[in-house]
Amino acid sequence: MELYRMTAAELSRMLAEKKVSSKEITQSVLARIADNDRKIKAYLTVDAEGALRQAETVDKKRMKGEALPPLAGIPVAIKDNICTRGLRTTCASRMLENFVPPYDATVIQKLKAAGVVFPGKLNMDEFAMGSSTENSYFQVTCNPFDTDRVPGGSSGGSAAAVAACETIAALGSDTGGSIRQPASFCGIVGLKPTYGAVSRYGLVAFASSLDQIGPMARSVADTAMLCDVIFGKDSHDTTSADRGYPSFAEALRPEVKGLKIGIPKEYFSDGISEAVKEAVMRAAKEYQKMGAELVEISLPSTDYALAAYYIIASAEASSNLARFDGVKYGHRSENYGSLEELYENSRSEGFGPEVKRRIMLGTYVLSSGYYDAYYKKAKFTQLMIQERFKQAFAACDLILTPTTPDTAFKIGENIGDQIKMYMNDILTVTVNIAGLPAISIPCAFDSKGLPIGAQLIGAKFSEQILLNAAAALEKQLGGFGRCAALA
Amino acid sequence: MEHKGYEVVIGLEVHAELNTESKIYCSCKNEFGLEVNTQCCPICMGMPGTLPTLNKKVVEYAARMGYALNCSINRVCKQDRKNYFYPDLPKAYQISQYDIPLCEHGYLDILVDGEERRIGVTRIHIEEDAGKLIHDDSFSGTLVDFNRCGVPLIEIVSEPDLRSSKEAKAYLDTIRAILIYLGISDGKMQEGSIRCDINVSVHRPGEPFGQRTEMKNVNTFSGAVRAIEYEAARQIELLESGGVISQETRRWDDAKGQNTLLRSKENAEDYRYFPEPDLSTIVLEQAVLDAIKASIPELPNKKLVRYMREFALPEEDARLLVEQMDKAAYFEELTALGKIKPKSASNWILGDISRLTNETGKTVPELGLPAERLAELIAMAETNRISSSAAKAVLEEMLKTGRPAEAIVAEKGLEQVSDTSALQTIVDEVVANNQKSLDDYRNGKTNALGFLVGQCMKASKGKGNPALMKEMLLKILQQ
Repeated sequence: MELYRMTAAELSRMLAEKKVSSKEITQSVLARIADNDRKIKAYLTVDAEGALRQAETVDKKRMKGEALPPLAGIPVAIKDNICTRGLRTTCASRMLENFVPPYDATVIQKLKAAGVVFPGKLNMDEFAMGSSTENSYFQVTCNPFDTDRVPGGSSGGSAAAVAACETIAALGSDTGGSIRQPASFCGIVGLKPTYGAVSRYGLVAFASSLDQIGPMARSVADTAMLCDVIFGKDSHDTTSADRGYPSFAEALRPEVKGLKIGIPKEYFSDGISEAVKEAVMRAAKEYQKMGAELVEISLPSTDYALAAYYIIASAEASSNLARFDGVKYGHRSENYGSLEELYENSRSEGFGPEVKRRIMLGTYVLSSGYYDAYYKKAKFTQLMIQERFKQAFAACDLILTPTTPDTAFKIGENIGDQIKMYMNDILTVTVNIAGLPAISIPCAFDSKGLPIGAQLIGAKFSEQILLNAAAALEKQLGGFGRCAALA
Repeated sequence: MEHKGYEVVIGLEVHAELNTESKIYCSCKNEFGLEVNTQCCPICMGMPGTLPTLNKKVVEYAARMGYALNCSINRVCKQDRKNYFYPDLPKAYQISQYDIPLCEHGYLDILVDGEERRIGVTRIHIEEDAGKLIHDDSFSGTLVDFNRCGVPLIEIVSEPDLRSSKEAKAYLDTIRAILIYLGISDGKMQEGSIRCDINVSVHRPGEPFGQRTEMKNVNTFSGAVRAIEYEAARQIELLESGGVISQETRRWDDAKGQNTLLRSKENAEDYRYFPEPDLSTIVLEQAVLDAIKASIPELPNKKLVRYMREFALPEEDARLLVEQMDKAAYFEELTALGKIKPKSASNWILGDISRLTNETGKTVPELGLPAERLAELIAMAETNRISSSAAKAVLEEMLKTGRPAEAIVAEKGLEQVSDTSALQTIVDEVVANNQKSLDDYRNGKTNALGFLVGQCMKASKGKGNPALMKEMLLKILQQ
């Protein structure tokens, strides 16, 4: 099998046994990108030179007999809203078209220390706002299962690159479902960690209180390996949780025996397609077969969560994105006669329509006279939702739901219908509002051959249970179909 | 100032830079006057993806000021974002505190015309400073220096309790003195360490408060006095001519001595405050707060009043002594010995000791003169054992050699002669030899007396007690 099709776990073993070099793996991935990315358009920047240099460095260390971490020498591509020193970080926006960060995000520092190779930066919805990657200023990424369809978003480039074997694994970010929804659309594994588990330092902020960086991969084991590197307290991020984490990969056991899996009826309502409902219920039955107990539970209405999400996320975004003013870095309009015009024109030209929509929405809800009616209420709703989840986890160990209401839609299909687009997040945003961890795993294909994702939600810092349960289903289904679509 | 029967009401918002080692949200050095854009990093420059981390010292310093101004400290408080666009504000929001400040409900006693006045302190909160815009004829456009971005500030907001520019000045002086006493700010006006916004309204006594205006860009305390007088006069004139005061923000131009409209109420900025999601809630341990509270020294405003009451010092002396902590401490050491009059101690500190510290740039302890030693010298001068000019010479010698006054006086034979019979001989001789001066004096040229005293001193080789000799001379002259 071609190296680029393998998993990180497989490659890690081969590297350790010196059956392959990192340079060979990297060359294989780079060749795959060169061949295939014209079709998929997942990458915004390919750093072949840098990746090969990193690979050679790792190979040299290995030849010298140095002890290396499991991911050393393995290519991991990065969503383009995570700052990489010396490597353009655009957030898929015209605003940051030429922005080269002078620093690495904490997760990048950690991956570098682990010897990871970086093939490049991946497309996304502009500033992570969207569910289809159609909001990228640069290009529309295609779903590897059907190139007429979207890969989901906002981490659509990450999901497509992983699914199309244009990288071994990737990092995405998840504010309202941006890792899980594209993972579901592209038939891969995507984990959104507990809020505070992974440092946000260097992640260009969309909604600070909801954003989390997380791994996207073709197997649960690979996902666990990435968690082992990126989790942890960071003194640069005061919202990162002050706790240690044992190795998820080492503790990974594909087991659910004795676990109580909650099935929330609200997540199987009329808005969810029959194929998706059936697939997830079949997954539930598989869990039952493996010794888990299914319990019906009730969760707060997802409508409130979606409203609270759009208020909180937009409010924070309106403030977070204010720094892009054309003064210090990023796009500056050539056309201005005053400071006001410099701001107005730079921002009007630099931001796309979805970003502008959310900035306006966020500015509005924070305005004096409206703050109490919107932002304050949304924060209150957030507390209620957190409380309801706490109650739910008294009755079960984890919760199983579909990741998305339906499978991948066609490119252009939802443009112009914001509500329909926003409904894509209805099953995922609640998790961000509650600060919980959740994982999306492929569980079936629909009649069109498109992947269907199941979402497992856990209590705070229960990533190990989630990973174990995900691995159990993976084993039961005979693997997640690696590079399922290579047409 | 003439206010045509109106009462002026003033509230102040004082911004003071704290002198912590590093900035409030990053590890950049907090130092003034370094080369532009050398004390900044991706965090204080608001680069995408960077996050703030609160410098705990800032909270400690602010809490010190809180206790000094008799505030209650909120053990649990948060930080908020104040959103607005300006090129010196790289994140386009300032991290500040909105509805739950660190300190609130305090007061400050100030001394005005010998009377103590209690001024309410609404709140003290922590926030970050912005950068500085540089305009210069040598280039077109505007440049930004980010060195000041993230310098920690406290904002101290007073109640509208001040009634004159004089009171406002006293309040500002007292705030500044306290900041310096607590060691939390340099208090250097010329470096912009302290700045203030001024709220002014006028009304007829007995009537409700008038509409207030806010004035920005006041950078000196004397400027504050001018700005208040200008604004009060403007408002009174407007009211007298039938006009109405509107809620607005005005900009003070100290060079022109006038203010101009910055923005009216309709154009007031909406800062869209909301809780800063990048920072966790500030939670202070009671034990930490107790330790901070216990570390507050006696404050200059309290010391001032005590010196006037306990030592009967004139206000001006007390004010000068209190101004610098080392001088105040030295004064207290000297008086505690119980050997000399407080006024003498004050005179010496404000005279020779201050001269010496100014000349050498040293602090009082650095002069290396223990209080007991100086007290000996002062006592000798107080009892006329040595003349004041001899005392000065002895002081110089003490500083040079470190020897006690007694030894120096004995060795140099500086002890003053106060034996009347010995002095009478000298006086008689001088009178006999200076008939012209005697005549001059008697003809109304009273300064001839000084000449005669000088002659007596000369004849006594500087040891005669000048006061006694002067008395003797007068007795002869008035015969």
